[in-house]
Amino acid sequence: MNELLRAHILKWFEKGKRYDGRKLDEFRLVSVEYGVTKNAEGSARVKIGDTEVIAGVKLAVEKPYPDTPKEGTLMVGAELLPLSSPDFEAGPPNEESIEIARVVDRGIREAKAIDTKKLCIDEGEKAWAVIVDICTINSAGNLLDAAALATSAALRNARFPSYNGKTVDYKKITDNKLPIVRLPVSVTVIKLGDHIFVDPTVEEENVIDARLTVAITESGKICAMQKGGNAPITVDDIDRMIELAAAKAGELSKKL
Amino acid sequence: MGYDKRIDGRRPDELRPIVAKAGVIKRADGSAMFKIGNTVAYAAVYGPRDLFPRFLQDPQRGTLRCRYNMMPFSGAGDRVKPGGSRRSKEISMVTEKALLPVLNLEDFPNAVVDVFIELPQTDAGTRCAGICAAAIALADAGLSMKDLVSSVSVGKVGDMIAIDLDYAEESYEGVDVADIPLAFIPRTGQITLLQMDGLIDRDSLKKALEMGRKACLQIYGIQKKALKDRFASAAAVNGNGNSDGSGDKNE
Amino acid sequence: MAELLVPDKSIVVPGEEVAAGMDFLPTEGIYRDGEKLVASRLGLLVVDGRLVKLIPLSGKYLPKRGDVIVGKVIDVAISGWRIDINSAYTAMLSMKEATAEFIARGADLTRYFTFGDYIVTKIVNVTSQNLVDITMKGPGLRKLSEGMIVTVAPNKVPRIIGKQGSMVSMIKDATGCKIIVGQNGVVWLQGEPEQELLAVTTLRKIESESHISGLTDRIKAFLDEEMKKLQAGK
Repeated sequence: MNELLRAHILKWFEKGKRYDGRKLDEFRLVSVEYGVTKNAEGSARVKIGDTEVIAGVKLAVEKPYPDTPKEGTLMVGAELLPLSSPDFEAGPPNEESIEIARVVDRGIREAKAIDTKKLCIDEGEKAWAVIVDICTINSAGNLLDAAALATSAALRNARFPSYNGKTVDYKKITDNKLPIVRLPVSVTVIKLGDHIFVDPTVEEENVIDARLTVAITESGKICAMQKGGNAPITVDDIDRMIELAAAKAGELSKKL
Repeated sequence: MGYDKRIDGRRPDELRPIVAKAGVIKRADGSAMFKIGNTVAYAAVYGPRDLFPRFLQDPQRGTLRCRYNMMPFSGAGDRVKPGGSRRSKEISMVTEKALLPVLNLEDFPNAVVDVFIELPQTDAGTRCAGICAAAIALADAGLSMKDLVSSVSVGKVGDMIAIDLDYAEESYEGVDVADIPLAFIPRTGQITLLQMDGLIDRDSLKKALEMGRKACLQIYGIQKKALKDRFASAAAVNGNGNSDGSGDKNE
Repeated sequence: MAELLVPDKSIVVPGEEVAAGMDFLPTEGIYRDGEKLVASRLGLLVVDGRLVKLIPLSGKYLPKRGDVIVGKVIDVAISGWRIDINSAYTAMLSMKEATAEFIARGADLTRYFTFGDYIVTKIVNVTSQNLVDITMKGPGLRKLSEGMIVTVAPNKVPRIIGKQGSMVSMIKDATGCKIIVGQNGVVWLQGEPEQELLAVTTLRKIESESHISGLTDRIKAFLDEEMKKLQAGK
């Protein structure tokens, strides 16, 4: 880590400023675009500043897990494509991409975003599997929040393909939406020195002390958390970080 | 049952609508998007940069490394499992061979130029779209090249020789279908990619190659425009003559 | 018969035929194929008498002997430091070129330069295999203290520096920031946050408008205007 760069960023923070002119609690421009790829049953593109990700939903009929025979399944995958950053390499998922996938997955799952019972077709035999894949197009900081937002948007955009009891016809898409109950958004709050801030750039990500990702439902309930970064945080910090996350989550949900 | 009219109503020598744009991925050294019909390809170029592990380095010239990949949700039907397949490995390899002849990499011994091609949406012709996007991205990255590379697939559906088959034509049932992905160096007319599957006679093949060459010249025009548009402001003003009176030329 | 096939000062792409005839001579970015001169990269066509060349619009920094650049220490080896210079290749700073001081064998080299340090350094040699040697011996060459680092397009550096450093001096004077522009496109700045931000905005403005005539006057007006706003805000 570069101590001099860290010291310099801190000097700016003392004055409430960031390298790109934003305030500490300010997101870059956020945009959500629906239905960005035709062959997915649902999809969305999210841009946060220069960061860009695409999430796509595929729906398939599978055998339910033995311990939840009356429910459909959900799976979230994330790929940090080498196309999107000089720092990403081709190859199997690394810690960073697995963390993104699992944190997004937990947010959706624990928010009970989808009524998985309604995905059941034939108890113990057949149920819909919802598979979300997140792909990065340009990685310019805060991939986690972008990935979570894109996932929620793609789920909202999804329509079932027609199913005749035997095979799925992906060419015939119905008007039926996923049984969505509520959609969470995630906000990652960063701690650097005594300061907390949101929506880090790559430069800021390289010098952080700690981060806390908070997934929050539309009604303001916390549904998943993940602490990252090497420095420990206090109960007091958590309080401050969640407060900021909740305020920003409200702004982000409006984009959905 | 014959095939005398194309499913989407195109003429045999008519390409699907094309959109191309350069400089779409900020973190890359060069990048492009190439959309043909419903097939969309992104390409990003990184490098020349250090090549590791060291034993892969070539002390005489830079190395070109291509990776073709379909996003998991990009295909019609089932999800494409991430992590690459025999198919994607082979396509990566032929893409490399299609692009290498135009690149001048002598100035970059031991280094690598990485080309990453990603497809968010596919409807046949993906390797060709990937090559078209990659050629724009390589030029956008400022690399020294003899020419761009333009690529399209040609084929025969029943008795009709046609260019740029889509998935519905490629999988048309009841007649013989031949699919021939091609890539050309536009200036010289040399071929840098040729694959084929299906059945075709030699005369039809000759005719198909000629149609492919003409189509590639059309595609080359679109690639060229994408690159010029990216830097259009620089041209427009400089085209106005040398009225720079401020005296700050310091080249 | 010699003739230009595209107008002077237009943007051309690899493979584009720019001129015909043996009277024209191909230089940077142009190659000859029989009668034709052809572009071998993306660039702005410049015809100077019989000479035809291209000014690149993109691309990585190519290390040149004598260039003063800003680099970052990425590795500390047994006998020196490996430096990232925003190029296709990294550079090597040897113990001998690092300081006038005598460094004993086996000394802790991180005492001099350590991971993440930024330095102003000068290229002393580039081999045919693109091994880049640099030195810290010379006026102004030193380790940089706390500051902001931004990267600009290397082909825009001449415009950012300006004639005899006039452009960068103007930004320094207006903003009160210390600024070092490396030939490799890496820029170090140090000042008050608002002023630094203005300096960076100005750099970006030069990058995107360098081709529009009257650049110097426009940048001066912009800096005056923005500094007034800053002072009014105080």
